[in-house]
Amino acid sequence: MLTYNTQPKGSVSQGINTCQGCMIDVIFRNVLEIMGEDTVLVIPPGCSAQFSGCGPEASVTVPGIQGNLENSAAIAAGIAAGFKYQGNDHTQVVAIAGDGATVDIGLQSLSGAMERNDNILYICYDNEAYMNTGIQGSSSTPLAASTTTTPAGKPVNSKDLMQIVMAHHVPYAASASIANLPDLRKKVKKAKEIKGCRVLHIMSPCPTGWGYKMSKTVEVAREAIQNGAWVLMEYEDGKVKLGKKPSQLGDVEKYFSMQKRFKGVTPEEKDEVGRHLIERYEYLEKLAAL
Amino acid sequence: MEKQQNMPTNTPAKRRVLGPCSHILVAANTGSWRMERPQVDEEACIRCGICSKYCPTACITVNKEGCPLEFDWHYCKGCGICANECPRQALSMIPEGSGE
Amino acid sequence: MGIKMFDGNGAAVEAIRLARPGVIAAYPITPQSSIAEHLADAVAEGAIKAEYIRVESEHSAMSISIGAQLTGVRVATATASVGLALMHEVCGVAAGCRVPIVMPVVNRSLVAPWSLWCDHSDTMAERDTGWLQFYASTVQEILDLQLCAYRISEHEDVMIPSMVCFDGFYLSHSMQRVDTPSDEEAWDFVKPYVKKNMYLDTKDVMFINDLCPTVEHTEMKYQQMMGFQSAAQVSDEIFEEYEKRFGRKLQQVEAYRLEDAEVAVVTIGSMSGTGKYVVEQLREKGIKAGLLRICMFRPFPDRKIHEALKNIPVIGVIDRSCGLGGAQGPVCSEVKAAMYGESSKIYGYIGGIAGRDISDGSFRKIFNELLKIKDGKADTVSTWFDVEENAMNIREVETNANV
Repeated sequence: MLTYNTQPKGSVSQGINTCQGCMIDVIFRNVLEIMGEDTVLVIPPGCSAQFSGCGPEASVTVPGIQGNLENSAAIAAGIAAGFKYQGNDHTQVVAIAGDGATVDIGLQSLSGAMERNDNILYICYDNEAYMNTGIQGSSSTPLAASTTTTPAGKPVNSKDLMQIVMAHHVPYAASASIANLPDLRKKVKKAKEIKGCRVLHIMSPCPTGWGYKMSKTVEVAREAIQNGAWVLMEYEDGKVKLGKKPSQLGDVEKYFSMQKRFKGVTPEEKDEVGRHLIERYEYLEKLAAL
Repeated sequence: MEKQQNMPTNTPAKRRVLGPCSHILVAANTGSWRMERPQVDEEACIRCGICSKYCPTACITVNKEGCPLEFDWHYCKGCGICANECPRQALSMIPEGSGE
Repeated sequence: MGIKMFDGNGAAVEAIRLARPGVIAAYPITPQSSIAEHLADAVAEGAIKAEYIRVESEHSAMSISIGAQLTGVRVATATASVGLALMHEVCGVAAGCRVPIVMPVVNRSLVAPWSLWCDHSDTMAERDTGWLQFYASTVQEILDLQLCAYRISEHEDVMIPSMVCFDGFYLSHSMQRVDTPSDEEAWDFVKPYVKKNMYLDTKDVMFINDLCPTVEHTEMKYQQMMGFQSAAQVSDEIFEEYEKRFGRKLQQVEAYRLEDAEVAVVTIGSMSGTGKYVVEQLREKGIKAGLLRICMFRPFPDRKIHEALKNIPVIGVIDRSCGLGGAQGPVCSEVKAAMYGESSKIYGYIGGIAGRDISDGSFRKIFNELLKIKDGKADTVSTWFDVEENAMNIREVETNANV
């Protein structure tokens, strides 16, 4: 049984060793509040492993397991199958993994779980690099962003997780942002009511890795929505639904100036990123119009 | 037997568990990291609660009466997201140890 | 009980069926594939009432197995060769989290070179992962060992997963008569799975496998070591119970005509039957030959091996994996360590790699060498006893003058 040496706020302890200005705590707190205490977590190594605990010390009030970096979806699928076999149709299985553990090393096991439509909620919090190990580039790192393994700026675009997920025909997928908590909560609630493999892709900017003042996390995330660097969308029953059209689509001037990771970006690169954001959004608009 | 079960006890039965697991809910004193802390302008605050919703440590309580905001200084990391997100600029970050 | 015809994979599937798993996750790989197929058939036909998860890799097969078993159900999976190598990382998780999974492993060589055929390089590479390892020598023994493995692994003093290893094609695809317990007899022996130690239950909260600081890590490993120590004793008890119920004797090590032997070979796996045949032939000629078969490799039954071999002057240990870079193959290393302090001369042999047959001729050659050593007529052996003489020159390609 869990021993309480502290009173949690919701299902999460208050004193978590996430960086100052990190909003993963808020994701965990909101997700667990909605999913409820009858939830089992799967967490891979990474920033979210702060919520697995350390030694005997726990951080959340629900049970869980820390798997390996690449098998969160598979472990979650196993747990769901174990519950199903035992006639347990109420316990929710939720994996919360970073972008590296999702779009890089974990893509295969996620793909398997999505194709099989295993009854799990898979949440990727995306801080666009391997932050916990020291800001190394991942396949979610955007074009031109500097990381410790892309010091001159990443030469290629990031993978588009939502499109990968949509190609698997899952019953529900959505992108959300810590800048819009009501929207995030609405999507988690919707996901909770659906059976099968549900995927949420949540932007969670990283003050340490992106190089902005820690008070600006929500502001940076909001700016990303406004210029299309982060697209809020839903995929349900094969239909794409986009959020409000970005007010400054493709204009990354302010967004880049807020973050040190884009410090060395040339005007040409800035244009290229802007063009990419516009093209991507227009492509999604076409999908949404279908 | 029944009587024994009803007796409140401070030493619940323990069982041995082999292998790694966490089972004691703890909280780090993240308030000790703070270099700046939020100060509230009681006049300007409209008690909307946005600061509380975005606070990573969930350490802000919004009061209906009296001082509108209460901070749990044991956990407030001093990140300043609350001040940055306040729609009325009712919060400002001041150096830890200064102010009231 | 009744006699049924099974190949090795069929026997493994039958043992799994008798143990009534709740979740099955298997990825096909030669020569294990028919296990994955037959399990799917059994689920489709209702012979096994389980959730069958058609996984996209062995890594996920083991990950799913861990997740499922931690909820309180017995799981089933099986693999071979590179599939086991891909599982390696997660095999360590199953061991360290004390998830007592029982997994048949069909021995097949690791790449490179690519091979579909049997040797022990796959399971020997896993020997320190924290799993019990049993090596079957017959199809009957696959079924017997696997049923026992559930009891041993799941024993509260053990809580360590098991690999039941058997030689690809030699056993996996060899049709043999198998004395099979009835469903009720087997269930009465294997017993329902009871979750204990760590588990995932929202009514009894714990977070499994969180970061373990240095101040506790050694202790966690010590706990695993103690589990292995218990396994040595528990397996004797379970084997004894199995013999009482089903009349078949299982042993950690099998001593064959060793009482008065002057030369002996140590074997593991399917080669053992051929070895015994040659021992008999030599005995007919008045040569005091013997054989020791290792059935349980982890925990390594060092005292039993010491006891069985201590009076034998010359011993050859046959490894079916190369132990590249080591002083000898892994089995020989262990046997030598077990025999430390004894005056026996111990020689390591390496052969039967990637499906090369260890024939009666191979054993005769090995025994001849050991006898020469015993008689003082030689002091070395041909360690790689079945390697071709032209090994270094088997590829000679035409040179390109332009390069």
